[in-house]
Amino acid sequence: MANFWIDWLAPFLIIVAQILAVALPVAVSVAFVVYFERKVFAAMTLRRGPNVVGPWGVLQSFADFIKIFFKETIIPTGANKVVFLAAPVVTFILAFIAWAVVPFAPGWVIADINVGILYLFAVSSLGVYGIVMAGWASNSRYPFLGALRSAAQMVSYEVSMGFVIVTVLLVVGSLNLSDIVKAQETFWFALPLFPMFIIFFISALAETNRHPFDLPEAESELVAGYQVEYSAIAFVLFFLAEYANMILMSAMTAILFLGGWLPPFDIAPFTWVPGPIWFILKIVFLLFVFVWVRATFPRYRYDQLMRLGWKVFLPFSLLWVVLTAGVLVFFDLLPQG
Amino acid sequence: MDDLLREYLPIMIFIGLVVVLGVVFIAASFFAVEQHPDAEKLSTYECGFEPFEDTRSRFDVRFYLVALLFIIFDLEVAFLFPWAVTLGDTGVFGFWSMFIFLGVLTVGFVYEWKKGALEWE
Repeated sequence: MANFWIDWLAPFLIIVAQILAVALPVAVSVAFVVYFERKVFAAMTLRRGPNVVGPWGVLQSFADFIKIFFKETIIPTGANKVVFLAAPVVTFILAFIAWAVVPFAPGWVIADINVGILYLFAVSSLGVYGIVMAGWASNSRYPFLGALRSAAQMVSYEVSMGFVIVTVLLVVGSLNLSDIVKAQETFWFALPLFPMFIIFFISALAETNRHPFDLPEAESELVAGYQVEYSAIAFVLFFLAEYANMILMSAMTAILFLGGWLPPFDIAPFTWVPGPIWFILKIVFLLFVFVWVRATFPRYRYDQLMRLGWKVFLPFSLLWVVLTAGVLVFFDLLPQG
Repeated sequence: MDDLLREYLPIMIFIGLVVVLGVVFIAASFFAVEQHPDAEKLSTYECGFEPFEDTRSRFDVRFYLVALLFIIFDLEVAFLFPWAVTLGDTGVFGFWSMFIFLGVLTVGFVYEWKKGALEWE
């Protein structure tokens, strides 16, 4: 019995505690990211934003959550019931499990697998399934068109995102996320790979269906895209997943290009701040840019969106992969495996 | 247990936990709230009329085309991942082999472009 406790139950409980220590803050931070977005967006358009629930309206998202939770779950008669309900759960699962490999500080990671970036890439690719399932199962025009658009958009930008990740891997020589951060101790990859940083961030906007690429849910033409038929908690799961994905993409950008938990300069006042705080600050900054972009740019047309993805980003990032590899090989700068 | 597999154990537990959480969320809301379904409420979302035809009919073929192109390029990226990590060992030879591979793919890409597969007028 003692062996069972030491060998199995204790490690299991530790892992569960670690998972909760990551997943709960992410879930709660979604509430604050929504508030943050509404407040910043309001300020940029000279409005007040939420200011009634709690001090400065901080608790607005929680009030919204409770309200939506106690609404009826509507399952349309024409819908494919099992798939209809599975879709938000799938999206929710995928938005959260990616956090298993995100390092917050040296050693602060749930599963330090040696193919971390591949895992992240795979999980974010699978996100398409939830959306296609939702659009298909709803059996309604608007969700169907929204889901199609969304799927096409996500796969288009995923390709250039993959090439961008390959350029980073060339410089690092490892797929482990902690190694990728450690490789940036001398300088952040946002400097030598600056164009890739920009492409990655824009692709992240497209990948999360955010402005200016939020065509799947363009209110004026497709109402709310694939979410039209959803209500109550099923809608909340989509909403949670969308914002959790935004935070995840910001975290990915921070890890790949902005040095993860590393301070901007390795000198006194900067090194006093602990690593995780730097990491969170970088994520918050990138989330601010997400909102800033939303308040600044008009929405793209669908053909413009596809043109940008396939005819600009894809050739450019492909070229940059070859260029990076060439420079590393011929100037003998490759990391030795 | 294998060390390599042990690394993935937390991920399996994580997936299990989140699956349970998602299902519990949906079930909790479904059973906590009194449901009053009626035919109108459960009808398909439209501007005041029944949809004219089934949704699952024809749609633009270009979506298929994008999916096909995606498979080609995503596979290419999948090949590039191990190449990028081991370039330190393969060096100049590795670089030129991948250069030829990418060259062939670029020819295909140019062909698609000229054929108008990437046009969304």
